[in-house]
Amino acid sequence: MKHDFIDKYAELDSVIHRLDPRIKIISFFSFIFFVISTQPPRFSIIFAQPSEVLMGSLKFLFYFLLIFSVILVSKVPLRFVFKRSLVIIPFVLLIAIFIPFLKEGEIAGSYSFASLHLNVTYTGLETLFNVLSKSWLSVLSMLALASTTKFPRLLKGFEKLGMPRVMVMIVSFMYRYVFVLGDEVMRMKCARDARSFGGNSKWHIKTVGNIIGTLFVRTYERGERVYVAMVSRGFSGKIKILDDLHVRKLDLCFMISFLTFLTMIWAVL
Amino acid sequence: MAKKVVAIKDLEYTYPDGTRALRGVSLDIFEGESVALIGPNGAGKSTLLLHLNGILQSDRGDVEVLGMNVEENIREIRSKVGMVFQDPDDQLFMPTVFDDVAFGPINMGFSEVKEKVRRALKQVGMSGYERRAPHHLSFGEKKRISIATVLSMEPEILVLDEPTSNVDPHARRGLIELLNGFDVTKIMATHDIEMVSETCDRAIVLFDGKIAANGDVEEVLTNSELLESHGLEAPILVRLFREVMHRDDIPLRLDDAIERQKRYKI
Repeated sequence: MKHDFIDKYAELDSVIHRLDPRIKIISFFSFIFFVISTQPPRFSIIFAQPSEVLMGSLKFLFYFLLIFSVILVSKVPLRFVFKRSLVIIPFVLLIAIFIPFLKEGEIAGSYSFASLHLNVTYTGLETLFNVLSKSWLSVLSMLALASTTKFPRLLKGFEKLGMPRVMVMIVSFMYRYVFVLGDEVMRMKCARDARSFGGNSKWHIKTVGNIIGTLFVRTYERGERVYVAMVSRGFSGKIKILDDLHVRKLDLCFMISFLTFLTMIWAVL
Repeated sequence: MAKKVVAIKDLEYTYPDGTRALRGVSLDIFEGESVALIGPNGAGKSTLLLHLNGILQSDRGDVEVLGMNVEENIREIRSKVGMVFQDPDDQLFMPTVFDDVAFGPINMGFSEVKEKVRRALKQVGMSGYERRAPHHLSFGEKKRISIATVLSMEPEILVLDEPTSNVDPHARRGLIELLNGFDVTKIMATHDIEMVSETCDRAIVLFDGKIAANGDVEEVLTNSELLESHGLEAPILVRLFREVMHRDDIPLRLDDAIERQKRYKI
């Protein structure tokens, strides 16, 4: 079966795809760092000093334009990126939606529903904007990273940047076997559907429980077989990986200009 | 006399759960031989294979590989004995084909890893697959790459567990030709009797943890009574010549059969 839900579009070829994974990791993670450390616009002074609020909001617009242009250059379909980026929004919204009502401060508006009295505060709105925009921009940046870098190269990049090898290995196994396990679940589901007609929901839940249990046992056994295969090829507990990453001039140029843009938006605007 | 590469004496093995998988196995394998281990499920074929590179170690009996005691020279033996497992999804555990084929040489501390990987992939006819991810390959392709993952260590003995299981006829044909092209000593556990007749010079019948027969492929595979009493079945050609045509000169390979049939008619 074909699966590509992790690094879809990483097979495309563009300037961004060809960059060294380390460069991309540093650049896109700094993007997040810069974005989250940016002061959000202060809505409470919107009438007193509208220009300052405007400038504060503009910063976020420029961050967006920066990451947007990178995505454009990478040729990854915009529809895909935006659709994917919205996946995170419901979770953030679930937490953030109550903030405007709960924060103390200058009241921007108040609503009454029967006996319920709700106040929306400026500081609350600020926080809402803060959380929503920052999380969305961060997701965009991670999508730009993930959909322009093949997963194995991404792992290699993380490893070269000093991530512990054991962790890299665990993630690498996860990436390798999530597809195998997915197939296994699919097959078990097929086998169940081929033999299950009707039955009540209690029965169905029991079957799902059994499938999960079987999957666990099979995974455990597979783990042992994989380990035997590793040991057969000289694995002794120490993970060694060949170094074949090279930073070129273009990589450095990208990183330096990307970071310069970030600093400019962060500090100057 | 060829060099003895594997010498097993009175090997016994009992799994932790009490299953007696091997009950006194003794056998010698010589350099350049192609040996088939045949027998029904649970006969102990895989267990025996796992002793060849010290994955399983028994306190009863001796295993010597390339003149070395397995327990004392485990590292060297693992680089000399290339073990290909049945399920390529177990064999290929790295995110890319290159990483997988390079895994052995890197762990063994070999130099020129890239060159070794390139050569191994070329040997199995999979050049250019370096950057591919294993989960995007077909089963036959995975099987070939599994073989490449041990070829990259340049082994002296190639051990294969069910090399042709689950592959389609076309891929199976390719695998047989591939295996026939290797000069190294080959030991394979299999149920594919027809493949044995094409790739092996010696067949060992394992039954219930003991060796039931050990001899030339011709001798073992034409012995229908022996095979049937040990949960196996003679190749179709053997049955055709014996049961249908009532002949005594029984061929194992198709080209051989055609040749004999021509001569018979004259």
